[in-house]
Amino acid sequence: MDFPVLSTQIWIPIFGGLVVLAAGDNRVSLVRWLALVVSLVTFLAGLPLFANFDRGTAAMQFVERYPWIDRFNVEYYLGVDGISMPLILLTTFVTVLVIIGAWEVIKKRPAQYFAAFLIMEGLMNGVFASLDAMLFYVFWEAMLIPMFIIIGVWGGPRRIYATLKFFLYTFLGSVLMLVALIYLYVVSGSYAIQDFQGFPLGMREQVLIFVAFLTAFAVKVPMWPVHTWLPDAHVEAPTGGSVILAAIMLKMGGYGFVRFSLPITPDASMSLDWLVLTLSLVAVVYIGFVALVQTDMKKLIAYSSIAHMGFVTLGFFLGFSILRRTGTMEGAAMGLEGGMIQMLSHGLVSGALFFCVGVLYDRLHSREIGAYGGVANTMPRFAALMVLFAMANAGLPGTSGFVGEFLVILASFRANPWFAFLAATTLVLGAAYTLWMVKRVLYGEIANDGVASLQDIGVREGLVLGVLAIAVLALGVWPAPLLEVMGPTIEHLVELMMRSKL
Amino acid sequence: MNTITTGAPVPDMTPAAAEIVVLVMACAILVADLFIPQRRREITYGLCLLTLVLAALATAFYVPRGTVIAFSGTFVSDPLARVLKLFVYAVVAAVFLFSKDYLKDRDLFRGEYYLLGLFATLGIMVMISAHSMLSLYLGLELMSLSLYAMVAFSRDDPVAAESAMKYFVLGAIASGCFLFGTSILYGVTGTLDIGQIARAAATLDGLNVHLLFALSFILVGVAFKFGAVPFHMWIPDVYQGAPTSVTLFIGSAAKVASFAMLVRVLVEGLGHLHESWSGMLAVMAVLSLGIGNVVAIAQTNLKRMLAYSTISHVGFILMGVLAGTREGVESAMYYTLAYVIMAVAGFGMILLLSRRGFEADELEDFRGLNARSRWFAGIMLIVMFSMAGVPPFLGFWAKLEVLGAVVDAGLTWLAIVGVIFSVIGAFYYLRIVKLMYFDDPDTATVMAAGVDLKFVLSINGALIVWLGIFPQSLISICNQVITAFP
Repeated sequence: MDFPVLSTQIWIPIFGGLVVLAAGDNRVSLVRWLALVVSLVTFLAGLPLFANFDRGTAAMQFVERYPWIDRFNVEYYLGVDGISMPLILLTTFVTVLVIIGAWEVIKKRPAQYFAAFLIMEGLMNGVFASLDAMLFYVFWEAMLIPMFIIIGVWGGPRRIYATLKFFLYTFLGSVLMLVALIYLYVVSGSYAIQDFQGFPLGMREQVLIFVAFLTAFAVKVPMWPVHTWLPDAHVEAPTGGSVILAAIMLKMGGYGFVRFSLPITPDASMSLDWLVLTLSLVAVVYIGFVALVQTDMKKLIAYSSIAHMGFVTLGFFLGFSILRRTGTMEGAAMGLEGGMIQMLSHGLVSGALFFCVGVLYDRLHSREIGAYGGVANTMPRFAALMVLFAMANAGLPGTSGFVGEFLVILASFRANPWFAFLAATTLVLGAAYTLWMVKRVLYGEIANDGVASLQDIGVREGLVLGVLAIAVLALGVWPAPLLEVMGPTIEHLVELMMRSKL
Repeated sequence: MNTITTGAPVPDMTPAAAEIVVLVMACAILVADLFIPQRRREITYGLCLLTLVLAALATAFYVPRGTVIAFSGTFVSDPLARVLKLFVYAVVAAVFLFSKDYLKDRDLFRGEYYLLGLFATLGIMVMISAHSMLSLYLGLELMSLSLYAMVAFSRDDPVAAESAMKYFVLGAIASGCFLFGTSILYGVTGTLDIGQIARAAATLDGLNVHLLFALSFILVGVAFKFGAVPFHMWIPDVYQGAPTSVTLFIGSAAKVASFAMLVRVLVEGLGHLHESWSGMLAVMAVLSLGIGNVVAIAQTNLKRMLAYSTISHVGFILMGVLAGTREGVESAMYYTLAYVIMAVAGFGMILLLSRRGFEADELEDFRGLNARSRWFAGIMLIVMFSMAGVPPFLGFWAKLEVLGAVVDAGLTWLAIVGVIFSVIGAFYYLRIVKLMYFDDPDTATVMAAGVDLKFVLSINGALIVWLGIFPQSLISICNQVITAFP
């Protein structure tokens, strides 16, 4: 039997988190190092996923399959393909940075803080690695518990409102998905996601299941108009919470679309693609304008996240209009690839921007754009990095943000030039809101005494942001390894999308 | 499975061995308790626990395997009965243990509490094993009368007396309804034996007015004991007014009895009328889910909140039964057991935080618990998320199994109603978590509770996690014992 790599990705952080929790809040130094070691070990243990990944197949790899609950045919069934493997690496990578980022910042109950992030890391990896729908759902819901605690305990002044809203919104979405999953089990007799994908379903069933999935994933992504929990959650969450929320949790919605909606309900996806496309374009254009008027940096990045995730869902659902317009699915893969790259890139960029805001917040305890000005004068190294991330957020060529947006816009041209036109507004709007924020915060005269007294980033903060900067540039300049990993899986997904189940 | 009917002059006593043990021991302790001085009251307590252990041993090793119908068809010992009884012993033992410190602090640590508890347990056992409407009624009354007395047990407390009064009056009406329905049923079918009722009902037209009339009244009695809306009015008052140790008993062991009653009467006796009662149960289930979850939000008293939460959980149990399939009954049983395990832990937390002159039953009393005790705040967190149905805890699998049975029976709309209300319900469970974790404590009082309580409560919390991660064991037990469904 092969070494169970995926199980290590789930259980090392969970048990490590419990050990950290047991170590107690009084031994701060021990707790920090323990958390760092656990997260690093998890990350390193996950590297074989990339190294040993078979790039020539769409089949699930690193599969572990054991019976769990015989009565319902629920299995402990793990495996990754080209879609989920990069997301697992992203999760373990970002968690290491979050632990380093919180190093000295978290004074209140540090053991619980680090433990919550480690446990959440394990649960998130579980979501991406599960091939059994019930196992997936267990991880999917369980993940809400640590996040609920993280926002509620270490958050800002309105944290309780924000965290309750976050929990109830996502819970409402997911219970409908639960009913859909149970229904699929009842008709197919299995909880394996791949069995769902091959199971024939009538149109009415498909539409209802699609709507249930859409509710769950649209809340998570979040898509307009169910996005309102996100700005609240982001603004109130501690820096680490915002980073994980933006970098990983939002990706689960996107992941759900490609793992569940498109392959399980292809016909409903085809007939209802206009709905998703409309909502995505609204998110891109309207939310772009909303981001423009924000005065709170975290809120601005939160809205920018919604707009960027609109791009992701747009890319995922373009294939059907391409099929209608050109008669072939050529180009659909491009949209899907663009969406996937956009997800990974957004994970890095938005995470980095939240770290940047965290750096400023730790110093002046304000997230208001108006409270800053001329930061570049006192924090030149920080300013350089933040400008890089802002450029990536605006989709500058050479950064990771460009690759995904470019592929999606290219694919949308094939679908409908108007889609491309609307989607391309993001290039203008994204640049406008991001760079305008950078201008107001970083450049100009030193605005006040607070800014004048700022210390530039130290080694720890420099390490976190520097590593992210390298990742953003690497992905932007040379995305080929990633595309190579995803290629066969996406081709396979396009086939599943095209195959009618009626 | 071989069914042996023993009649004849000298009946075989072995099927009822556990009941006999409990009865004999209870009578013996009743006498012995008179001679035990107050400072040695722990002896009574120990004897009562011993009784439960002996009964468990009798049930596990002495009572014959398989299905045995004894005492001229009034008593049945089947795998379902044995599993439920063993579960009840464990729950009652936990209740007794949790209650000890609480009662001592209030000068209520007297033999009567434990003896009434034993008699109520005996009543529950008789109900579980009832194979005749009459023995069911006898068990029901034995349990109810003991519980009425237990609620009123704190004599000087006017609130307890008031709730005992309410409980008694409403309970008597419900028992009356049940008895009335039973008598009509006897008139229609000519028998009180549940097996014969099932056979007689099968020969009658499903729309026989007399039969439906009897069914309605019986259902009122059952719904009352369960606390399903619209027969739920007593639950909040009794839960809040009774001493917490008694609330614990009513909220846990008595629920198992209600479930047994539901299965014996509706499923085994009147299963043929499924078409008729499933509609009635659907109405009650939806109302229970709605009223239970929505009204619970407005509560500031934890016991009252848990009372409304009970009502909503009853909605789920009824959903399982009304699916009308073997899987449905199985899921209802699983839900009942899961709920009882969670409820014992929930009320146990109130007992843990209580101390002399302080009840700890307001939501505010949980404020900042995490700063006072991370361990028990963690356990309460687990209990609350489990009750809300969030995986990976026990409560999730219970909900999943019921939803699965309901969807399987083609009632997907009911499943959607159920999950929507559980989202509403999640709010008030989360509020407790919020109080414990996000708020700072007002007081820095230490927990006065004994080590035994803390230990068993920790086991209880661990059980919720363990059965959440490895649910197979409890699920397969339910799967094995639920055999009867027409």
